[in-house]
Amino acid sequence: MKMNNYFPLLQIITISLVTMLVRFSPFLIFNKQEKLPDIISYLGKVLPTAIMAMLVVYCLKDVNITIFPYGLKELIAVLVVAMLHIYKRNTLLSIVCGTIFYMLLIQLF
Amino acid sequence: MKKEIVKQAFIKTIPVMAGYLVLGVGFGVLLAKIGYGPLYAILMSVTIYAGSMQYVAISLIDSAASLISVAITTLLVNGRHLFYGLSMLEKYQNIKRKPYLIFGMTDETYSLLCQEESKEEDYYFYITIFNHCYWIIGCLTGNLIGTLIPFNSAGIEFSMTALFVAIVVEQWLTTKDHLPAILGFVSAIVCLILFGPEHFLIPAMLAIMVLLIVIRKGGNENE
Repeated sequence: MKMNNYFPLLQIITISLVTMLVRFSPFLIFNKQEKLPDIISYLGKVLPTAIMAMLVVYCLKDVNITIFPYGLKELIAVLVVAMLHIYKRNTLLSIVCGTIFYMLLIQLF
Repeated sequence: MKKEIVKQAFIKTIPVMAGYLVLGVGFGVLLAKIGYGPLYAILMSVTIYAGSMQYVAISLIDSAASLISVAITTLLVNGRHLFYGLSMLEKYQNIKRKPYLIFGMTDETYSLLCQEESKEEDYYFYITIFNHCYWIIGCLTGNLIGTLIPFNSAGIEFSMTALFVAIVVEQWLTTKDHLPAILGFVSAIVCLILFGPEHFLIPAMLAIMVLLIVIRKGGNENE
């Protein structure tokens, strides 16, 4: 246990404050605003999609593809989630089944 | 009347409840794994309340990352919330409990609320607070189970990857313009190769922003 260390608390406070800053700033900047600048509404439309794709890569960043099994387990599990989602369109189902599948995959093989 | 709104909001949040319990438990277990107990699980789920960021926070805490890099990472991981706010500006005008609604605007809460036309303030409030509660309960439960019951949780962190994969696929199926998704994916991979796993998020984010702006000017105004 690292309970006697206050640094994690400072880290948590930092994360909390920055998260609030991000969530509040549009309301602080554009309070009672007429029309949003084009570039902002454009980015607001396309950025979330691009970022989600980036976050998939972020989650898999520590997978080593140079040694056996070359990231194949992760690849297969991602494909299972994707195919299940295309087939059923149920986010929860995709997450739960994909995670159980991955856990079995790395614990059994 | 009020009961009806609560019921309506509750039904709407059921899918999120299930998702948050799973993701929250996953988070709680991982948090326990690096040696932090229920107090930290509650503190983080109440004050941070950002799913992906809390997962990232685990590695930041475990590696004792500096406050500057914690702040920058948070900015990058949660930066997208900036754009959620932009589309809720009008809807949240003249609302008394606005500060809490803005505080609690996670991806999932946003996805539920942005579809709604004009509803009563109570409806927004209950959706937000229900989701927040599911998240806290999930994180706490996972943390307690992870500490008390020895079970092999190896691989549970994949729930996070699965969430984003499901979101990407869902967005892919519901939009016609796939360029932003492809751009995000390719930029991230290229930057991962160039800068390595520890430092690729900032350059990837910048590359995505620049490229998105470039394709907008180059293309025919996107739509």
